[in-house]
Amino acid sequence: MTALDILHCGVARGSVLKLSEPLSFWGGFDPTDGRILDVAHPQAGQSISDKILVLPGSRGSAGTPAGIAEALRLGVGPAAILLLKPDVNITIGAQVAARLYGLAIPVVTMTTSDFSELETGQNVQVSDGMIERSGS
Amino acid sequence: MLTSDPLRLTGDEQAMLHGDAGEALQFAMELVVRAATLMGAPRLIETGFLHIDACHYYGRAHVDFARFLVERGIRFDIPAWTNTVPVSLVQSDPRADADPVVLAEARELTDLYVELGARPVWTCAPYQIPGGPVFGDQIVVGESNAVSYFNSVVGARTNKYGDFLDVACGLTKRIPFAGLHTDASRRATVQLDISHLPTELRETEFFCHVLGHLMGKRAGDQVPVITGLPADTPKDSLKAIAAAGAASGGVALFHAVGVTPEAPTLEAATQEKGPQTVVSVGSDDLIAARDSLSTTAGGPIAMVALGTPHFSFTEFARLMPLLDGRKIHSEVTFYISTSRHVAALARERGWVQKLERSGVSVLVDTCTYFSPAVRGCKGRAMTNSAKWAYYAPGMLPVEVAFGSLEDCVESAVRGEVVRDNTVWSGRHWGTVA
Repeated sequence: MTALDILHCGVARGSVLKLSEPLSFWGGFDPTDGRILDVAHPQAGQSISDKILVLPGSRGSAGTPAGIAEALRLGVGPAAILLLKPDVNITIGAQVAARLYGLAIPVVTMTTSDFSELETGQNVQVSDGMIERSGS
Repeated sequence: MLTSDPLRLTGDEQAMLHGDAGEALQFAMELVVRAATLMGAPRLIETGFLHIDACHYYGRAHVDFARFLVERGIRFDIPAWTNTVPVSLVQSDPRADADPVVLAEARELTDLYVELGARPVWTCAPYQIPGGPVFGDQIVVGESNAVSYFNSVVGARTNKYGDFLDVACGLTKRIPFAGLHTDASRRATVQLDISHLPTELRETEFFCHVLGHLMGKRAGDQVPVITGLPADTPKDSLKAIAAAGAASGGVALFHAVGVTPEAPTLEAATQEKGPQTVVSVGSDDLIAARDSLSTTAGGPIAMVALGTPHFSFTEFARLMPLLDGRKIHSEVTFYISTSRHVAALARERGWVQKLERSGVSVLVDTCTYFSPAVRGCKGRAMTNSAKWAYYAPGMLPVEVAFGSLEDCVESAVRGEVVRDNTVWSGRHWGTVA
């Protein structure tokens, strides 16, 4: 499948973690270990570290870019972020981590049908806007 | 695709993007251009005011970002005011369990923003400080209650800016021309009609906290317009609506007919198109919203928290005769969060000294629901703020009793939840007795 838009460039390979609801990366997420803290979130307690993170978008706080950048700095961030629609806060977080730490992860948007085809646990490679499944 | 009209930059903006004005401005412009592209902005516009959220420490990345800029010798040359931070910079009284690295890095971050030329006001209510934005100004704000207040009550224009992008916009003095910066996005689409509720209820600040909370739940990401709010509704009540609606639903702009500047009429607020949805707010809805702000009914209290968003000068003026020099109960910690600006004004009047003699702590630069500077933050807490009531149970080991300012004061003196039953009865809220 092909990304609809490349919000931030990068190459990644990993296992999908799919979130069924948007996440706040400030307050709802622990940037020191990559876990979802928001107890009301369906994937609460799961770690996004090194995952191909598939989610509708971010939610709420102005702190989301800092949550993304801090998790990437500490090596507990996602390997890639695949979204349903462009998300300024997530993209800015990824861009700051790339500039400050040289840690560039791909951030892309995808169609609703491609989004619905991806499932937690699938192995995926993301590069140049191409999203390829490599079996699970 | 993101947009059919590609972003057009001026010569100056292109020069910044190419690095002609240095590495810091190049990086800042890269962030602004990326955001503008994602938002579908056709161009950038100039801005002359920034309220910084990125000064609020969340991790080392915040510090590294600010240091990157400081080391390249850049400074703000527009007014850049600072939001609250996790610790008070003038009162050092951290909890025993506060992480010393967090405290040190949070302070380091504030020093860096002062070096960048920010004005160190450290407040979530910058609209209480003279000399800020006025009607029509295109500004950059990240703190959710301030976004809503500036948009709604002042009539300045801002989107809800995330960390780093806020600073990048302030340094480049450019913002993406999209969202609430444009006329079209400011049109109200959902009407909340409260005109049939009792007048004496609609005149209270307590009601406005509940209304804001309900507005957030009902409006979500739409622009609401309230009809029936009294024309002389005080600024503190409008602050309450802004803060509560931003917390519960992310409302970044609301209108109130006859009250807020872009809503002289319902037609003006809806840009002559009328609302798409009309919600008649019923007494039962309001009472349910009110009750959802409390996680505990009654009993002894350990804490009272006022000043979310920061307590204003007029709130201090209302509080003084209510407390009237009485002592706070020995088991109760009573905090008022405010800005150093307002605290200084209250101190000039002798109010802070008098409150301290009563046993009240006036806390500046920060807020009780996230600060590790706060003592006694466990057990049953009482607040007059819908925003505090909404956030605190998720962030602190507390149960919350929401009440009016008057209820909070009486409860603090007696050491247990006390409520004025004439205000809490269904009849006051318009239900048939």
